[in-house]
Amino acid sequence: MKRLTKAGLLASSTLIATGAMAQTELSMWYHGAGNEVESNILGGIIEDFNAAQSDWTVSVESFPQGSYNDSVVAGALSGNLPCILDVDGPVMPNWAWSGYMQPLPISEEAIAGHLDSTVGRWDGEIYSVGLWDAAVALYTRQATLDALGLRTPTLDNPWTGEEFMAALEAAKASGEFEYAFDPGMAWTGEWYPYAFSPFLQSFGGDIVDRSTYQTAEGALNGEAAMEFGEWWQSLFTEGYAPGTSQDPADRDNGFIEGKYAFSWNGNWAAVATLEGGVDDVVFLPAPDFGNGPTIGAGSWQFGASGTCEHPDGVAEFVEFALQDKYLAAFSDGIGLIPATEEAAAMTENYAPGGALEPFFGLSEGQALVRPVSPGYVVAAKVFEKAMADIANGADVADTLDAAVDEIDADIEANSGYGH
Amino acid sequence: MAVITPDNRGLRLVVRYAVLTLIAIIFIFPLLFMGMSSLKPDQQLLADTSSLRAFLPVGDLSLENYREAFERAPVGLFVFNSVLVTGTTVLLSLAICSLAAFSFTYLEWRGRGLILSIILATLIIPFETIAIPLLLLVSKLPWIGFEGLEWGWLNSYRVQIIPWIADGLTIFLFVQYFKDLPRELIEAARVEGASWFQIYYKVVMPLAGPVLATAAILKFLVMYNQYLWPLIVVQQESYRPVMVGLQYFFQLNIAWGEVMAYLTLITVPVLAFYLVLQRAFIASIASTGVKG
Amino acid sequence: MASKLTRSTGAGWAFALPGFGLIALFIIVPFFFAFGLSLTNQRLISPNPTEYVGFENYRDLLSLSVITLEPERDDSGAVIRDEDGEIEYPRVRTITRSDDFPQYRGMREWFRWQSAETARVVIASDVVFMKALVNTLMFVLVVAPVQGGLALILALLINQKLRGINIYRAIYFMPVVVSIVVVSLLWRFIYDGNDGLLNNLLSAITFGGWQPVDWLGNPDTALGSIMAMSIWQAVGFHMVIWLSGLQTISPTLYEAAEIEGASKWQTFRYVTWPGLRNTAVLVLIVITMQAFALFAQIDVMTNGGPLDSTQTVVFQAVERGYGKQDISGGSTISVILFLLVLTISLIQRWLTREK
Repeated sequence: MKRLTKAGLLASSTLIATGAMAQTELSMWYHGAGNEVESNILGGIIEDFNAAQSDWTVSVESFPQGSYNDSVVAGALSGNLPCILDVDGPVMPNWAWSGYMQPLPISEEAIAGHLDSTVGRWDGEIYSVGLWDAAVALYTRQATLDALGLRTPTLDNPWTGEEFMAALEAAKASGEFEYAFDPGMAWTGEWYPYAFSPFLQSFGGDIVDRSTYQTAEGALNGEAAMEFGEWWQSLFTEGYAPGTSQDPADRDNGFIEGKYAFSWNGNWAAVATLEGGVDDVVFLPAPDFGNGPTIGAGSWQFGASGTCEHPDGVAEFVEFALQDKYLAAFSDGIGLIPATEEAAAMTENYAPGGALEPFFGLSEGQALVRPVSPGYVVAAKVFEKAMADIANGADVADTLDAAVDEIDADIEANSGYGH
Repeated sequence: MAVITPDNRGLRLVVRYAVLTLIAIIFIFPLLFMGMSSLKPDQQLLADTSSLRAFLPVGDLSLENYREAFERAPVGLFVFNSVLVTGTTVLLSLAICSLAAFSFTYLEWRGRGLILSIILATLIIPFETIAIPLLLLVSKLPWIGFEGLEWGWLNSYRVQIIPWIADGLTIFLFVQYFKDLPRELIEAARVEGASWFQIYYKVVMPLAGPVLATAAILKFLVMYNQYLWPLIVVQQESYRPVMVGLQYFFQLNIAWGEVMAYLTLITVPVLAFYLVLQRAFIASIASTGVKG
Repeated sequence: MASKLTRSTGAGWAFALPGFGLIALFIIVPFFFAFGLSLTNQRLISPNPTEYVGFENYRDLLSLSVITLEPERDDSGAVIRDEDGEIEYPRVRTITRSDDFPQYRGMREWFRWQSAETARVVIASDVVFMKALVNTLMFVLVVAPVQGGLALILALLINQKLRGINIYRAIYFMPVVVSIVVVSLLWRFIYDGNDGLLNNLLSAITFGGWQPVDWLGNPDTALGSIMAMSIWQAVGFHMVIWLSGLQTISPTLYEAAEIEGASKWQTFRYVTWPGLRNTAVLVLIVITMQAFALFAQIDVMTNGGPLDSTQTVVFQAVERGYGKQDISGGSTISVILFLLVLTISLIQRWLTREK
């Protein structure tokens, strides 16, 4: 009897839902709560999309970025995910592998010409596509370069490791700065693997062995990694960089206030730096420590959740959102790097001659996505702790060994993460 | 012993106030820092943090941060949600926990000691460690609402309220207090033929002012500062409380002035609640001790 | 003394049931669920089936071994010493990462001591957890008595009849009103190693003689700094509890003491303190529980660093369960914590039992 009533109720509510509107609703979660500009642009795209066709209506629920991933995990555990899911690039394989997401039936033409790092692939299929990427550069002032008599590095001819250290030494010796280099230790979390693992890769190491994704042995504690670790530690022991206790305000404003000569920071901080009065800021490419210069890549992207019944609708929405005018709008609004060159040309900052144009080159020329594996989420945490410990003076070999053991144990506990 | 002259007394009074004020300075500075910072533009705010200027209303002051905070997030909605959830929980908690404590303190029944021990043991369990099992549980619980039977408690006020009504600490607080009340009062009422509920309601509760105030404040703080729980059970903005709302302000480059403005705004209800309770209960009870 | 008048099983159950029922459903049931998880290999996010693994999670956390290191010797058999005259030993990793000792695989050095020329090294399968345990116990041992004591002093101070005392009451309570997350953020500015307020203040007091200390960045001072802040933050909370206890003490007792010419200390010793007995038990237990649950300060201020000097048990439980998606490992930590605290509180209760 009870079951009958429930079934009846369900049926009647579905009737109301389908009777009232011909369009199928696609719910969507987005990480931009609290970012007004971003929310408005996305709201505009959704409005346009809902008006442009009659099959679907997208409705969005925004979450604060800092807790977005936790919300999604909680939603998945309690069977409560939306249809369209917003996902951070490196996390996508984890969600795809676990069934939180399903392949996105989007055509290859729709993503032709997009930066590689804006297309999320796992297991041979496309799961997510982004409208933008982010990039990291070495911020400094032209005046600093001139005063210290340093060559301006370029994408084709970046600083070598020695040149970089010589630059730091010169900045330190000048006595003008509290610290020569600000790597951003106050930004705990994903910043560490995103910003610092490219240094490791430039030394010739990696977080995991990308040939099999089954171990970190040799990659994270081999000779190259040890060399990287010693170098990393020297930044702090020799007083070039502020350590893990850096206060968050110094991270946000220290470079602008002139406390640091060089700052390792993302493109999202560029506009604030310019507005903060650093007119002669220059964005330098990553130095080359022997194995080529690299920076991290992969930002927020859209995909379909595992429980969504209308992946075709999601794909239609994503294709719609990929129009150059929207890519350009996001870029102009929040300073992100548009996914295509055409869109870049339409923007204020990334167009040829624009203030942030160097970043587009960096994204194209130096970007290397973080390890594409469901295990990355855990490996990133382990890597973060290792970086903090080494910075604080822990023995390099022991720390990296311990990190390798932990990553390997996790891969084993997850039966190889489906590679 | 020194003879107490008027002068001597005056001096002692001054010393007392001096000590009290000195301690007060140590405790007040976070609120001062918060309040003053909320009036300053970011650059100045951060520059001031390294000196005593951080606690003074100096420099370029304005309410700009408040205006921007309201633009960034639905502050009023968050405060409303928090006050509603917190207020309801506190009231229900006081009723249910004091009733249970009454039973544990005054009534003799089989299993009483064991149950009380179990309840006290739950004090040890940090919430963080049971959050996921609890999430799975509440996502499957039934509820009878206006539309009949429904399943799952997510995205509601009830999911933020009901699991938090009863807790070991509140019960324990009442038990320890009730133990100090004179038993003769209870027995006398019993002899006069009052029912247990009448004794609870008419004899014990009127004497429970201080503990009610204490329990209410402590519960209020716990509820008002909820973060992890609403984060995982509430996906709709319309049910979000203040601490989850705080996350709206932690973007990549944090607008510290707005953060301070938001914090100042959300601190007002707690402070008001504390001051009201202090006036209503503690002050009046202070002069009329109840212990024989 | 239980009297017949108070025997009432029906009403007893009926009054206790709403409270106990809610606690059972929302705390006890999930906790048993967590205990169940600790016996499996359940991940937070995974398509793989869950398997029963017995006490493997507990072994992974708690395994300890002692290994002996012989000093390095040169060709003549003499012990090699470094510049400081310290004996040089082979590295622990030559044993823990060697295929000859598979039983030590994955273990790390926790601490060591030297007897004659050999060194004995305690290695643990989870050094971080061991450090977290030690730090948590340290935190409890320092914070519980200091915070409880200071709270009592404050409560006595503001229990005076003075004009305007209510204002002081409100002010002393203020740090409690602000969320601990927010307070921790503010204190990060205060503890800043270069130009933080604390360093600047100390420097001003000593006329520049103070060398700035990186309070949160130095393994020797980080835990102490967090202790100090935690005590400051929550002392008002316990002050309020003491205060409600103080107010149950009848003024007539104080009047009697005054008539008998008791000194202040005697009044406290023979009137106030006995009247606070139940409150004292309450405060002690609550502080201990809160101290064991130390999490938010760590999460905001240090993330367990530097060099694990501020790792705590609950921080590890969260880090593992959520951050590293190992929900069975995280649950195991909470079960261990539960058993640990239960043992301690049983001892505590036995020590403070009414004789």
